[in-house]
Amino acid sequence: MVQRYVPPKQSVAMQLFDVAFLLALVFGALFLPIWLKIAVPSRVEKLPPGVSYQTAANGTKTWTGLSWEKLGQNPVMQAQWKKLGYTKEQAADIITQPFQYDVDVIGIGSTAIVVIGYFAFMLFMSEKEYKQVVAEKFGERRI
Amino acid sequence: MTYQVAQEQPKQLQLLKVLGPVHIWALGVGIVLVGEFMGWNYAVGKGGALGALIACWVIGLLYTCVAMIDSEITSTVAAAGGQYTQAKHMIGPLMAFNVGLYLVLAYTMLEAGDVQVAGQLLQIGAGNFGYNIPWQPFTVMTLMILAFINYRGVFVTLSVNFVITAAAFCSIILLVIGTEPWNPGAVLLHKDLLTQLPYGWIGVLASLHFGIWYYLGIEGTCQAAEEVRSPGRALPMGTMLGIITLLIAAALTWYVCCGLLPWEYLGWDNELAPLYDAAHVTGNAFLTVALFVGTLFSAIASANGCINDASRAWFSMGRDRYLPTWFGAVHPRYRTPFRSILFLIPIAAIFALFIPLAQVITFSILSGLLNYTFMPINMWKFRRMWPLGSIQRGFEHPFHPLPAITLFVLCTVTFFAVYLGYGRQLLAMMAFYIIASCWFAFYRYRFVKRGDQFTMPWPRPQGY
Repeated sequence: MVQRYVPPKQSVAMQLFDVAFLLALVFGALFLPIWLKIAVPSRVEKLPPGVSYQTAANGTKTWTGLSWEKLGQNPVMQAQWKKLGYTKEQAADIITQPFQYDVDVIGIGSTAIVVIGYFAFMLFMSEKEYKQVVAEKFGERRI
Repeated sequence: MTYQVAQEQPKQLQLLKVLGPVHIWALGVGIVLVGEFMGWNYAVGKGGALGALIACWVIGLLYTCVAMIDSEITSTVAAAGGQYTQAKHMIGPLMAFNVGLYLVLAYTMLEAGDVQVAGQLLQIGAGNFGYNIPWQPFTVMTLMILAFINYRGVFVTLSVNFVITAAAFCSIILLVIGTEPWNPGAVLLHKDLLTQLPYGWIGVLASLHFGIWYYLGIEGTCQAAEEVRSPGRALPMGTMLGIITLLIAAALTWYVCCGLLPWEYLGWDNELAPLYDAAHVTGNAFLTVALFVGTLFSAIASANGCINDASRAWFSMGRDRYLPTWFGAVHPRYRTPFRSILFLIPIAAIFALFIPLAQVITFSILSGLLNYTFMPINMWKFRRMWPLGSIQRGFEHPFHPLPAITLFVLCTVTFFAVYLGYGRQLLAMMAFYIIASCWFAFYRYRFVKRGDQFTMPWPRPQGY
């Protein structure tokens, strides 16, 4: 005969503490890294040959050598940018910020270890817990 | 007024069984259709226009596997909580806790993205009339109204979704017709706008990340399993029809947008509403208004469905003591999980107001991806522990284990795709789930009633 597990009662204060912990986890792990600009998309600035700019104190950019052609835009593309209300200077702010894909073996390896380790831990602990669930629901298995 | 906590009542209040296949379709497509109006375009940013098209097809295959697996398991485990309840019966409490969190975060972050788009779109609309006003009040107001509708009841929620989802879908059709796809070069300019793959094949791989956004949330159909009149019929039918609708909408969306907008603009991190912009550059005022309304409706329908789904997953975890039991309450009059609805709204609001759209979306995608990675494991265990014929299934999906293997491989590749460009955000998300898992395994599990986790009237699982 399997003994039925009776969980402890949880006080209202401890329930509130649990909720606060989960909220802190959501904001600490997910919100803060982005808010503090630690976890941002890996875009880099790549200017076409012969193109440069200077930034004024108020953040305004003054471009040198910039043209639609140097940005790789054919006449149809240029027309579409203009319909969207963009000048070549405004378009340059977008076009010169491509993604940089670094296939860093150590980075990939450590990320893979984190993901695989997470699933391995979860499946291992779940299996232990599931056996307790089945044992209480259906009784201990007779061999 | 006193509220009743379901866990402690002699007779639990149950959710109403009022939904049919049309509601299931509306719940699935209503959540996901917004992915055609915003977010998918970041796949263009990561891999170019052709890269995004390949991502659309490859991820379409991933979701076909999801729909096949989900239809079989959900029509058999017809209970609120969807995959969460499945995980309790197939794998164990810690997995179920994680799956519950995946669902809650995927839908809450999607909801945050939706209301952010709704707010910013209204700001654009007001700007067109000469009023320069902030978007944040619109975002908060949208969230408040939707929370109220959800608080009042699921039938009203999903009936509203059906109407506005259908209207949003029609706006895409209108845009397609208005751009005369039968007359290439007249309006659509693919010949001049499509370029080579800007990052090569690694960019195509990277674009799988946002390819998920075309379809993310279709699995939400099973969240309403407990409120469906005929789960064996309505869930597979509603889900499969939803996938077909989305495959059509995704193909049309890509075709129109890539024929009207330069890929760099389309894929830029701050590009909010590609279909609306596509309508705008046609110079057709009717199409511009139609796509403004369509984008707004799709965002509202999606946020509406997300509030519904996230709150039901949170509610189920509260009812099972994975979270404080206070969340397991059903409203005595409206029969909705009202405390869960109200608790999650401020989280969505804060992420909507302060986090950029592409990154809010990435949190939703990552939680969805973790959930899809769980599904093949779930399916494999389901068939092994209860082989065909041992229990009554509402639907049996063909070709097992091929869909499960395909899904697992595609999920692995998509994790790599997220790593490309968003590696730190991936690690932040994993840190969240690892800490939450340790918290549950070493602390919270003590409050869980063991035998109560298994509620289906099935025989003992084979091998246990």
